[in-house]
Amino acid sequence: MQLSEQALLRAYRQMKLIREFEERIQREIMLGQIPGFTHIYSGQEANAVGVCEHLSDKDYIVSTHRGHGHCIAKGCDVKGMMKELFGSSDGLCKGRGGSMHVADISKGMLGANGIVGGGPPISVGAALACKMRGDGGVSVSFSGDGSTNQGTTFEAMNMAVVLDVPQVFVFEDNGYAENTGSSFSTGCDDIAVRSSSFGFPVFSADGTDFFDVYDKAAEAIEHARSGKGPAGVYTKVDRFYGHFVGDPEGYRAKGETEYLKEHKCCLKNFRARTLEAELLKAEQLDALDEDVMAEIEASVVASREAPRHDGSLVEEDVYASYA
Amino acid sequence: MPDKTMRDALNEALHHEFERDPTTFAIGEDIAGGRGGTGELDCTGGVFGVTRGLLTKFGEERVLDTPISESAIVGAASGAALAGMRPVAEIMFSSFIGVCMDQIINQMAKFRYMFGGKSKCPVVVRFVCGAGMSAAAQHSHTNYQMMTSVPGLKVVVPSNAYDAKGLLISAIRDDDPVLFFEHMLLFQTSCEVPDEAYEIPFGEAAMPREGDDATVVAFSNMVNVCANAIDSLAEKGITCDLIDPRTTSPLDEETILESVEATGRLIVVDESPPRCGLTADIAAMVAQKAFGALKAPIQQVTAPHTPVPFAPELERAYLPDAEKVKAAIEATLA
Ligand SMILES: Cc1ncc(C[n+]2csc(CCOP(=O)(O)OP(=O)(O)O)c2C)c(N)n1
Ligand SMILES: [Mg+2]
Repeated sequence: MQLSEQALLRAYRQMKLIREFEERIQREIMLGQIPGFTHIYSGQEANAVGVCEHLSDKDYIVSTHRGHGHCIAKGCDVKGMMKELFGSSDGLCKGRGGSMHVADISKGMLGANGIVGGGPPISVGAALACKMRGDGGVSVSFSGDGSTNQGTTFEAMNMAVVLDVPQVFVFEDNGYAENTGSSFSTGCDDIAVRSSSFGFPVFSADGTDFFDVYDKAAEAIEHARSGKGPAGVYTKVDRFYGHFVGDPEGYRAKGETEYLKEHKCCLKNFRARTLEAELLKAEQLDALDEDVMAEIEASVVASREAPRHDGSLVEEDVYASYA
Repeated sequence: MPDKTMRDALNEALHHEFERDPTTFAIGEDIAGGRGGTGELDCTGGVFGVTRGLLTKFGEERVLDTPISESAIVGAASGAALAGMRPVAEIMFSSFIGVCMDQIINQMAKFRYMFGGKSKCPVVVRFVCGAGMSAAAQHSHTNYQMMTSVPGLKVVVPSNAYDAKGLLISAIRDDDPVLFFEHMLLFQTSCEVPDEAYEIPFGEAAMPREGDDATVVAFSNMVNVCANAIDSLAEKGITCDLIDPRTTSPLDEETILESVEATGRLIVVDESPPRCGLTADIAAMVAQKAFGALKAPIQQVTAPHTPVPFAPELERAYLPDAEKVKAAIEATLA
């Protein structure tokens, strides 16, 4: 699919924004600014962006514990997210959720999720709402290779077919679930084939290649949007860092991540492809790089200064009303 | 006697029992780590390292890393137990109990009763529980208080390394399903732990502090919080019994009642939300059985009726701390 210059620049900027967000929060964690358990999406940006560039605010996504990329790609405010991770009362979720629970319902972002496999059933429900309203919306669940082994994911796939809802299952196979390889934990060794046996088409893509993901996601989302029922996208991709920030990564060969960063980087790939085909100029991409760095820096400065909780609001927001 | 962390004490307990009983095995996510990876095997030992070294020692037949499938993990463990094995399953964080709740509350807990006492299900399920690391609302709950209400389950809540080792050994040798909750703030805490295997019987409380003015009952890491609170009241001349029931089911009612008969004052402390929880359970038990001994209203110190928040300041407000416990003790003495 041919993208306009504007669309190319936008896609690159989104991927770069995710990458630099992730690089920066690792530093801020080391500096003690960000508490809790944080999972880094670096290396997988082409997936979130390749999918979400086909979506608007009336479409939904449901994410995972590794959710920052999906959130940014779906339009969550970066400054609000950064403040959230810093634990500010001014964060996107008032500092109550943190990294694993970033959400912005107004953008159709129904939450990162701390429970592996928690998302797909929720996404099926959002797709059902779209279908009942007849508003042309779709819902997309993002899952890792590991989470495809949860019963909840299987149930959601079957029910999406039975209820015939506009749901897209995106499976990002980054080779590992925590410290266990997907080749070990996926009994049938082929997540795409296993998913498609539920009765919907699954399109496979190279998850390090924005263009491939973008094209396959277009097919899957068009399938769902046009009323043909659920569809899937399976990508093979790589995780540049440990499972969480601080993971000693003994289960990975020495030099593996260095190799991946050099040879499987969606940003490098995108730059090379668009420059070679003379679709974009290096100066345009360089300018976006600078722009993104400035945006991330500004979000960190704002987060450092943002208000903190004093503990008094711990009981707020449990219910809409509770008399 | 050497000092050991709770992590090492639990690890030793597993080693003792795996050596002693060939029907024991471990099953869970990343309990060895490295299966299907490009690096080392047995590099993880679960997220807090409790099962490290078991794979190397006892082999892949008995140390089973699994897919992320909590229902199947717990179901398979209790099925194997019905069929004569003695499994130790691990569910990483106790909040994930939601995913395998049916297998716990409808299946393993009820087999023996439903089958007319003709089965036994000697399964242990280990969980990391509790708050204090800003792990937020889906990784920080206690959950043991809910499980205490389920007939057929035994529920263990160690507060230190010594108890953890003895209680885990007892749990593995027990012929009933046992849920074993390890507080995330305790893995690095240490105390004297013997090298050899020993059992600590269920339903027998420990009393880490003895005093005259009030009875404090606390669970899991709250025992340590309460010990600090009580120690800091010494300068005011206030002394308390501190009771650590160690198992919430069965519960050592006798030790609690005897203490309250002597002190006349009760403070119950737990990290869980207050409704239908352990503090209410014990307060009701004492109100019913030792009403005449009470000189002041019973105090409950708990988390609020909310999920666990992320921001550190909110999490601190959520958790009971020594100040809140001190205030509650003093309120019974006012
Ligand atoms: C129900 C549940 N089980 C286990 C976990 C612990 N856990 C968090 S992430 C993770 C691995 C997930 O792997 P995958 O789905 O491949 O996603 P990735 O981390 O690779 O993005 C595990 C086991 C959890 N959060 N929830
Ligand atoms: Mg994965």
